[in-house]
Amino acid sequence: MKHPAKKLALLGLCTAIAMVLAWVESQLPPLTTAVPGIKLGLPNIAIIFILYRFGWKEAAAVSFVRILAVSFIFNPATLPYSLAGGLLSLLGMALLKKTDLLSVTGVSVAGGLLHNVGQILMAMLILSTAGLGYYLIILAVTGVVSGIFVGLCGSFAVKRVRFR
Amino acid sequence: MNQNNQTTKPTAAGGGRKFRNDLIFITAILVIVAMVAAVLFFLRGEGSTVQVEVDGTVIGIYPLSVDREVEIKTGENGEELNLLVIKDGKATVTTATCPDGICAAHRPISREGESIICLPHKVVVTVVGGEGDEPDVVA
Repeated sequence: MKHPAKKLALLGLCTAIAMVLAWVESQLPPLTTAVPGIKLGLPNIAIIFILYRFGWKEAAAVSFVRILAVSFIFNPATLPYSLAGGLLSLLGMALLKKTDLLSVTGVSVAGGLLHNVGQILMAMLILSTAGLGYYLIILAVTGVVSGIFVGLCGSFAVKRVRFR
Repeated sequence: MNQNNQTTKPTAAGGGRKFRNDLIFITAILVIVAMVAAVLFFLRGEGSTVQVEVDGTVIGIYPLSVDREVEIKTGENGEELNLLVIKDGKATVTTATCPDGICAAHRPISREGESIICLPHKVVVTVVGGEGDEPDVVA
């Protein structure tokens, strides 16, 4: 990306896409109400795209702005959970991408898993309780499954999207 | 494992290797999770009491063997409410004034370590073991 302004515009566009994906996700009916927190993690498609096309710094910036904006628009109470999940997820994905052992889908699976782990750790911290082990098991599995889906979408975007 | 079947074509082998690594990675995660789940399931039997915590402080412990309803009041002046119902050895939160109502949608809990959590009110209802014959109401 030669032009800084063009890059900035593209990152802004990706931020907007990530926000829209978060909104779309919030409109989907929940899989089950018995376990809160099961999500597809659609915004991660945009984050993965930036991670592979630009780099981890750009991905971190977009993820941070996306989380702040979405939290303030929809529900500020979710901010600490989203931040913890987003941070851990991005950290893990950036490190795994660097090892070059896994494909985009494998990296995305780690992202989905770590996002849920981060949220649960933050919930344990805020509620000062360790009694969330059951959630972690269920959310670990759903994180992996949704990570596969998001990873396939993400790798498609990484391969096919062309800038002019 | 038949690792010897991999060809040495640079691009195709690279994709194949990563795809195989993905599968190993995902399988490893699921196996670890399944093992942790199995350990948790077998170590923890049916619990005997429920413990109610508000913002990290235990406000009450109730036996699962006695049917009862407990109002958990939180907020500045106790205006926020979660209603804990213990019935047939299981605990549920039936109504709550919190905005998301996730706690009220939660299925009944009875196994040791299971919990119902109301994030907005910082209420945690956890099934614990131990002797639950005497109600130990602190609040």
